[in-house]
Amino acid sequence: MTWYNSTMYDSAPATRTTFLSRFFSKITFDRWHITVLVIAFICALPILSVLSFVFRPTGEVWQHLADTVLTEYVINSLLLIIGVSFGTLTMGITTAWLTSVCRFPGRKVFQWMLLLPMALPAYIIAYTYTGMFDVAGPVQSGIRTWFDVSYGEYWFPEIRSVWGATSMLSLVLFPYVYLLARAAFLEQSVVALEASRSLGSGLWRSFFQVALPMARPAIITGLSLVLMETLADFGTVQYFGISTFTTGIFRTWFGLGDSTAAAQLSAILLIFVFFLITIERLSRKQARYHHVSNREKAYQRITLTGKKAWLATSACFLPLFFGFILPVIQLIVWAIETYEDMVDKEFISLVMNSLGLAVAAAILALVLALIMGYGQRLQKTPLIQFAVRVSSLGYAIPATVIAVGVMLPMAWLDNTLDSWMRVQFNYSTGLLFSGTLFALMFAYMVRFLAVSVGTVEAALGKIKLSMDDTARSLGLKPLQVLTLVHMPIMRRSLITAVLLVFVDVLKELPATLILRPFNFNTLAVKAYELASDERLADASTAALSIVLAGIIPVILLSQSINRGRS
Amino acid sequence: MNTIFKSAVFFIASGLLATFSAQTFADEVNVYSARKEALIKPLLNDFTQQTGIKVNLVTGKADALLKRLETEGINTPADLLITTDASRLYRAQIAGVLQPVKSEALTRIIPATYREPEGYWFGLSLRARPIFYVKGKIKPEQLSDYESLANPVFKNKICIRSSNNIYNQSLVASMIEVNGIETTEKWAKGLVANLARSPKGGDRDQIRAAAAGQCDIAIANTYYYAAMLSSKKQADRDAAGKLEIFWPNQTNRGTHVNISGAAVTKHAKNTVNAIKLIEFMASKTAQEWYANANHEYPVRSDVEVSEILKSWGKFKADSVNLSVLGLNNPKAVRLMDRAGWK
Repeated sequence: MTWYNSTMYDSAPATRTTFLSRFFSKITFDRWHITVLVIAFICALPILSVLSFVFRPTGEVWQHLADTVLTEYVINSLLLIIGVSFGTLTMGITTAWLTSVCRFPGRKVFQWMLLLPMALPAYIIAYTYTGMFDVAGPVQSGIRTWFDVSYGEYWFPEIRSVWGATSMLSLVLFPYVYLLARAAFLEQSVVALEASRSLGSGLWRSFFQVALPMARPAIITGLSLVLMETLADFGTVQYFGISTFTTGIFRTWFGLGDSTAAAQLSAILLIFVFFLITIERLSRKQARYHHVSNREKAYQRITLTGKKAWLATSACFLPLFFGFILPVIQLIVWAIETYEDMVDKEFISLVMNSLGLAVAAAILALVLALIMGYGQRLQKTPLIQFAVRVSSLGYAIPATVIAVGVMLPMAWLDNTLDSWMRVQFNYSTGLLFSGTLFALMFAYMVRFLAVSVGTVEAALGKIKLSMDDTARSLGLKPLQVLTLVHMPIMRRSLITAVLLVFVDVLKELPATLILRPFNFNTLAVKAYELASDERLADASTAALSIVLAGIIPVILLSQSINRGRS
Repeated sequence: MNTIFKSAVFFIASGLLATFSAQTFADEVNVYSARKEALIKPLLNDFTQQTGIKVNLVTGKADALLKRLETEGINTPADLLITTDASRLYRAQIAGVLQPVKSEALTRIIPATYREPEGYWFGLSLRARPIFYVKGKIKPEQLSDYESLANPVFKNKICIRSSNNIYNQSLVASMIEVNGIETTEKWAKGLVANLARSPKGGDRDQIRAAAAGQCDIAIANTYYYAAMLSSKKQADRDAAGKLEIFWPNQTNRGTHVNISGAAVTKHAKNTVNAIKLIEFMASKTAQEWYANANHEYPVRSDVEVSEILKSWGKFKADSVNLSVLGLNNPKAVRLMDRAGWK
């Protein structure tokens, strides 16, 4: 593991020698420092306001939870995490490796199609699989009619179970690992891999000994996104009747009416996530690497033939089939039955609202992420690093909890301002922020900033610090270094960041549902309303539109990655 | 990139403006609804057409809407809260976000059982939660009360959804009221032992599972069953057709019934319009719509129910004070936790 440190990795901290750059960094320290801290604080506000309940005394609720359901919450959440890690890593890394270094039938199509499952919200894929494979679905009904057996006389996997939820989440989340692992494989200097191969290592050994360790930071970033999504998932586990931490928070909050205990449960979840994020940062730090060689050229792809080619094709086809093609076919079948009633004038506005929100949020998140990432690069004090980490916590919190956390400070601000204005000017300002798109946008930032910050941070980490020094010594201001030097270099990563948030916002439901203004609907809201009314078929048109709208950025995304290698 | 950014800024700004300008409409009423848009929008449109009062609507999950109402405090734009289940209306009342209103029409039309005595909330439609059994597998004579479902003869025969669901919580809350906590907990344990599968899915799923042979008895709300019977999908009609309805507890307190209802918020700015809207929803035409489009039981007795509902005949409904369901709700949730009802 250590031999390549001297050649591939620049693990030594950058030293800045010129007086000029020190001087500049001293000045900019304040401005950037403060901006980063302010953004982090604002993004942490919702989480803090939920956590502010933590220290209130609880009744015997904890005793009740510990006696009855807590063990189950913990076990199920852990099972999900372990299962989804295994599923996404296996599918994500295998497909990424195959499409990066091998040549086999369908590779060109797979390399972008493997991203498609990302466009499916987890609860939608859960609905479609239930529709197909549940005891009353067409498959099991078919088995019963065909073989003339009744329920219980044949074996069939229960889709609505922990393993079912694990499969559903793995199928729609593995593209995160695939995306980041593939980008890492493609960015790896060819030299290392070819050196390893020319030294006689086989493809497998090169993979395990060189490519995988080098891609590890990217893979762990992908995995941590996956796990945060898994922990925050509510729709799937709720529908499958699996009690997890997330469903437990809701039950404690609303069912038992105990917001304190619910906040404490959230706090436990947060501690766990903080732990996850820390591991991710540590792994990134351990293996910091930069582009050191300009001899970046495409791998000589290895052509697979015969049985191996078939294996490779199936390894890529199966996740794609189960994660996208099959559920989408089911959605299409349903949509054909029902679209006439569902597509009307209002439907167009749903599409526009969804797209508008997603675009606005994605761009805003990118801008904030650039500020955070670059601010941290300028001055890596522990305080700043901590602030950046805190601002990323929201990704793992169930969105309804975030939404309540957004409402509390917003309403406080509105009501305080209002009463002040009433006293001073006898004028009521009412609610300025609560119940507006502004509040909604705020919630999206809290929830999804982790995605864009992570991507931007990783990209910045790959640019040598000496480049900053050179640019600054040439008289560029920090902001100019960012916009004129770094951003062009990071273009691909920035597009990735924008598109990831775009797709996430498009699928987002709980916060949108509760924070949106009057008479404002989105595709996700529509799909949820119909689906939760147990009208899955009617929900399919809206669900399908989410998928379609999500496909476009996914294709753009894959193109931007490919372009990197041409 | 630049133009996208500009349009994004424009989008946010116009959203803010829209919410400001929304406050300047004179004749309007703002509704927070936990009932799905599709289930109430046609009625709201009729209301606007008849009265010229614009209805602004946000739908969402009941508990989250209630939380929004609470945090917005005195400046909340909401005039009216619409939700299902009495225990949620009770929760809102206890949270102090509702106000009592006096309406001669509502007091006259809505039976006292289905409204809050002081006028904090009014029931607008009814749904029962009876037992459904698979024809040929269970004889109606075998069934009697909810209480009998804990009988070991029904081992592996019952489907019911998760205890996370408020319909089940309210059913258990109503049983706590008559049988007490200990007896009800014993009952819940017996019921859990009789379940054919770990609870999952919604009410329709229980009916489908029974039709597919996974269980012989399902518990579900009436309107889901009716919607399946009148569904456009053949599979749903077939599934529902295999089951028959059974009204439990006819010799004692009656079958568990709940409401969907509406309440005027404490800080409503358009109180008069809000009351008008409730009165409209209790009107004969609106009640007929409930009965025919949603297959809910109308809250007033002078309205015909849908053909499907008629075919089930009349039944005795539990006349427990609906506030009790809210009062007993936390006890019910804990009890179900202890009984291992997932």
